[in-house]
Amino acid sequence: MQNRFPLRALLLASAVAMAAPVSAAWAETPADTLVIAHQIDDIISLDPGQSFEFSGQDVVHSLYDRLVDFDPLDLNAGIKPSLAESWEVSEDGKTITLTMREGVKFHSGNPVRAEDAAWSLQRAVKLNKSPAFILNQFGFTADNVDEMVTFDGNKLILKLDQPYAQSFVLNCLASEVGSVIDKETAMQHAEGEDFGNAWLSTNDSGSGPYTLGAWRPNEAVQLVASEEYWQGAPAMKRVIVRHVQESSAQRLLLEQGDVDVARNLTPTDVEGIAGNDELKVADELRGRILYMGLSQKDPLLQRPEMIEAMKYLIDYAGMESSFLKGQWKVHQNFLPEGYLGASDENPWTYDIEKARQILSDAGITSGTVKTVVRDIREYVDAAQTLQAAMAQVGLTLEIQQMTGAQVLDAYRARQVPVFIGEWGPDYADPNTNASTFAHNPNNADDAGLSQLAWRNSWAVPDEMNQAVEAATLEGDTDKRVQMYLDIQSQYREIAPIIPMFQKIEQVAMQQNVQNWTSGGSVTSVNYRQVTKE
Amino acid sequence: MVQPDMTGQPGRGTPPPAGGVPSARAARLRRRARSLGGLVLSLALTLLGLLLVTFVIGRVMPIDPVLKVVGERATQAQYEAARIAMGLDKPLWQQFLLYMGEVLRGDFGRSISTGHPVAQDLRRVFPATVELASLGTLIGVCVGVPLGVVAAARRGGWIDQIARVVALVGYSMPIFWLGLMGLLLFYGILGWVGGPGRQGIIYDGMVPTVTGLILVDSLIAGDWAAFRDAFSHIVLPASLLGYFSLAYISRMTRSFMLEQLSAEYVVTARVKGLSERRVIWGHAFRNILVPLITVIALSFGSLLEGSVLTEIVFSWPGIGQYITKALLAGDMNAVLGGTVVVGTCFVALNLLSDILYRLLDPRAK
Repeated sequence: MQNRFPLRALLLASAVAMAAPVSAAWAETPADTLVIAHQIDDIISLDPGQSFEFSGQDVVHSLYDRLVDFDPLDLNAGIKPSLAESWEVSEDGKTITLTMREGVKFHSGNPVRAEDAAWSLQRAVKLNKSPAFILNQFGFTADNVDEMVTFDGNKLILKLDQPYAQSFVLNCLASEVGSVIDKETAMQHAEGEDFGNAWLSTNDSGSGPYTLGAWRPNEAVQLVASEEYWQGAPAMKRVIVRHVQESSAQRLLLEQGDVDVARNLTPTDVEGIAGNDELKVADELRGRILYMGLSQKDPLLQRPEMIEAMKYLIDYAGMESSFLKGQWKVHQNFLPEGYLGASDENPWTYDIEKARQILSDAGITSGTVKTVVRDIREYVDAAQTLQAAMAQVGLTLEIQQMTGAQVLDAYRARQVPVFIGEWGPDYADPNTNASTFAHNPNNADDAGLSQLAWRNSWAVPDEMNQAVEAATLEGDTDKRVQMYLDIQSQYREIAPIIPMFQKIEQVAMQQNVQNWTSGGSVTSVNYRQVTKE
Repeated sequence: MVQPDMTGQPGRGTPPPAGGVPSARAARLRRRARSLGGLVLSLALTLLGLLLVTFVIGRVMPIDPVLKVVGERATQAQYEAARIAMGLDKPLWQQFLLYMGEVLRGDFGRSISTGHPVAQDLRRVFPATVELASLGTLIGVCVGVPLGVVAAARRGGWIDQIARVVALVGYSMPIFWLGLMGLLLFYGILGWVGGPGRQGIIYDGMVPTVTGLILVDSLIAGDWAAFRDAFSHIVLPASLLGYFSLAYISRMTRSFMLEQLSAEYVVTARVKGLSERRVIWGHAFRNILVPLITVIALSFGSLLEGSVLTEIVFSWPGIGQYITKALLAGDMNAVLGGTVVVGTCFVALNLLSDILYRLLDPRAK
C-alpha cells in the first residue's frame, strides 16, 4: 500500500504554516495622511437629508458645505458666513435673504448656485427623513416648501411662518441637513421620487473640503482632499477613519504609530497612555447630556418631594471621579456648555440626610421603583450607585438591563419609570434641547411625540411651554439668552427630568497632530484645519 | 456528523462489479440521476427551512428595525410611514413570500444598518471571513492531524500529554482574551505582525478587488509588498482560529486513531511484520480519513460563522460581525442574506465531504 501522507511532509507543512515572524515595514503614517481609529458602525447613510448618526454626520460635514458654519478653530465665535456670504432679515422678520458666494464649485465642477441651495432644503423637507424636522420648525411642509424656499439670481429667499430669531434660523442651517447639494449631479442619479437619496447615501455630491474616497460599512471611510476647495486645500490630503470597535485595539494602534488619532479610549486606556511622551490627550466638551428621567405615570415618582429628594440621591461627584472619570463632567442643566444661553449653575450635591429629611417630611419612608437601563457599563454603574443611595433612605430600585433598542422601545412607549440615558443635541441652537426637555404640548398617551418630556409623561406647565416657544422668536440675542437662563432656573425647581452630566470626549493622538477638533458641543468633527508637524 | 461505525476495515463488504450488462448500467444511471435530484431537492428544502426559521425568529425578536431607520427622534407619524414603506404592516407570511420572491430574482434587498445593498455587503464581508477561516483551518489541519496521530501512536507518552494540554487550553481559553494578549505581545511589544484590520493603512484600497481575498488579489496584482502586509495582518487571527480548530481536530484524530489501532487488522499487520510507520500511516490513518474529513469540514464551517469575537478583536470586517450587528439592529435583509450564504456553505461543505467520502471509501461508490 502506498504511503500517501508521509509524516515528514506533514511536519514540514505544519512548520511552514506556523512560521510566525513576518517582518513587514510599518512606520508612522504618511505626513499628509490623517488616520483615525473610531467606532463608525452607526453610519447608515451619507445623504445630508437623511444622515443623523454621530459618525455619519462627521463624514457629511467634510463632504459638504453649508450656507453658514462654525469656524473650526474658534467654535465659540458662533455662526460665520460660509456658502452664503451675507444675509439680511426683512422688516417683519419673516423673510431671510441670503446672498451666495460667487465662484465656488462643487466637486463635480458645477458652480454652487442659489438654485442648488434652495433645492437642497426643499428635498430635505420632501424626503421627510429623521433630520427634516430641523427645517420644518420654520413652518416648511412638503406641500408649501417650494413657495417658502425660493431663489432669485444668486439670492436664496427663505419665508418663515413666524418671525423667528435670526440666530435660531442660522443655527439650524449650520446643521448637516442644511448642506448644499449639487442638484444636477444628484438628480442624474435620482430613482423615482427619491431626489437622489439612494445614490447620495453612498456617494458625495458636495463642495466641501473633502471628497469621498470610499465608505466600506463597519470597516473604513476614506476622504480625499479637494485641491480646489474655496477656503484653501486642506493640509491632510487623505483622511482615513478606521472602524476599530475595541478601546484596547485602538490604543495598541495608536501606540504603534499606525493611527494618528484614537477617539474611543476608555478611562483605563487613557490612563494607560498617560506616561507616553509620543502621545497626548485632548479633552473636548461635547453636547451630550447624561440625564435621569422620572416617569410621571409612577404614583411615587409623581410626588414633588420624591422628585426633589432624587436630586440629592445622585452621587454626582462620586460618579464623576470614579467610573465616569474624564468622560463626563457634572452639569445640571439641559443646555450643554458651549450653547447659547447655557447655565453653569449646579446646585445639587449628594446629600443623603437632606433627601431623608425631604422624604420623611412628606411621609415617604418606603417604596419601590423600577429602572430599565441599557446594558452599557456607565449606565449600569450609575443605576447601581443610585440603588445603593436609595436603599439608605428606605427606597428600593429594581434594575433591569436591556439592549439599546429594547430600552428605546420601552421609553418610546412611556413605560420606563426611571430612565438613565443620554441626549445629544440635534442642531446648534438652544431650542434643540429646550424643545425636548422643557416642552410638551400634548401629554396624551396617543400623542406619539418624541420629546423627552412626553416620554417621561411630564405635562410641562403651560407657562414653560410658552416660554420655550417665545424664545425662538426673540430677535435680541441678549434677551434670548436671558430667556433660556430663566427657563432653566425654573426647570431646576420643578422638572422630573434631572440633567446630571455633560460629555467630555477624550481624543488621544500623536504629539504631531495639531488643531484637532471633534466639533465641540455644537457641531461635528472638522479635518480641514488639521496639520501634522 | 462523525460516524465511527462507518470506518470499518477495508475490503469488507462487496465492491460493485467493475463492468456490468447494459441494462444494469442504465439502471445505475437512473438511480444516480434520482439520487442527484433527491440531493438537490433536499438542499433546496434545507435552505428554505433555514430561511423560514431565521425569518420567523428575526421577526418575533423584540427589536424594532423601524427605529434603526427613523432614529430616536422620529414622531409617531414618521415612524408609521417608515413601517409601511418597509412592508412591516403586512402579515408575517406575506412578508416572507415577498422576500422569497425577491431572493429568487437574486435581490437580497438593502441593509438598513449599512445603507448598502445586501449582496454588495456580502461580496465584501464574506471573502474576508473565507480568507481567515481557510488559513485558520489549514493551520488546524497541518498541525492538528499529525499531532493527533502521534498522540494516539504514543499513547500516554509525552507528545500525548502535550497534545492533551494544548487541546485543553484551546478549548477553555476565551478567544477574546487570547486575541487581545496575542495582539499585545506580537503586535504591541514584539512588532512581528500587523495590527487590527486586514491591511496596513497605506495599502488600504491599493489592490484592485478581484476575488475579495486580499492575499489572492495582491498576488494577482503582483504586488508583493501588499501581499506581505496582508499576510502580516492575517497571520495572528488565523493562527488563533487555527489553534482552536487544531484543538478540536487533534482530539478527534487521536480518538479515531486509537479506535483503529486497537482493531484486529492492525494486529494482523503488525504480526505480518510491517513497520510501525506503515501500520500507522498506511493502514490505520487511511481508515480515519473519512470521518476526519467530516470533522475538518464542520470545523471549517463553524469558523465561517462562529468567529465573531475574533473578528471584533482584530477589527476584521467579516460575515460573523456583519450578521451579529445586523441581528442586533433588527436588520433582517442583512441577517437573511448572510444566513443564506453561510447556510449554503454548510450544505456545500457537507456535499463536498460526501463526495470525498465516496472517493475515499470504495464501499460508498
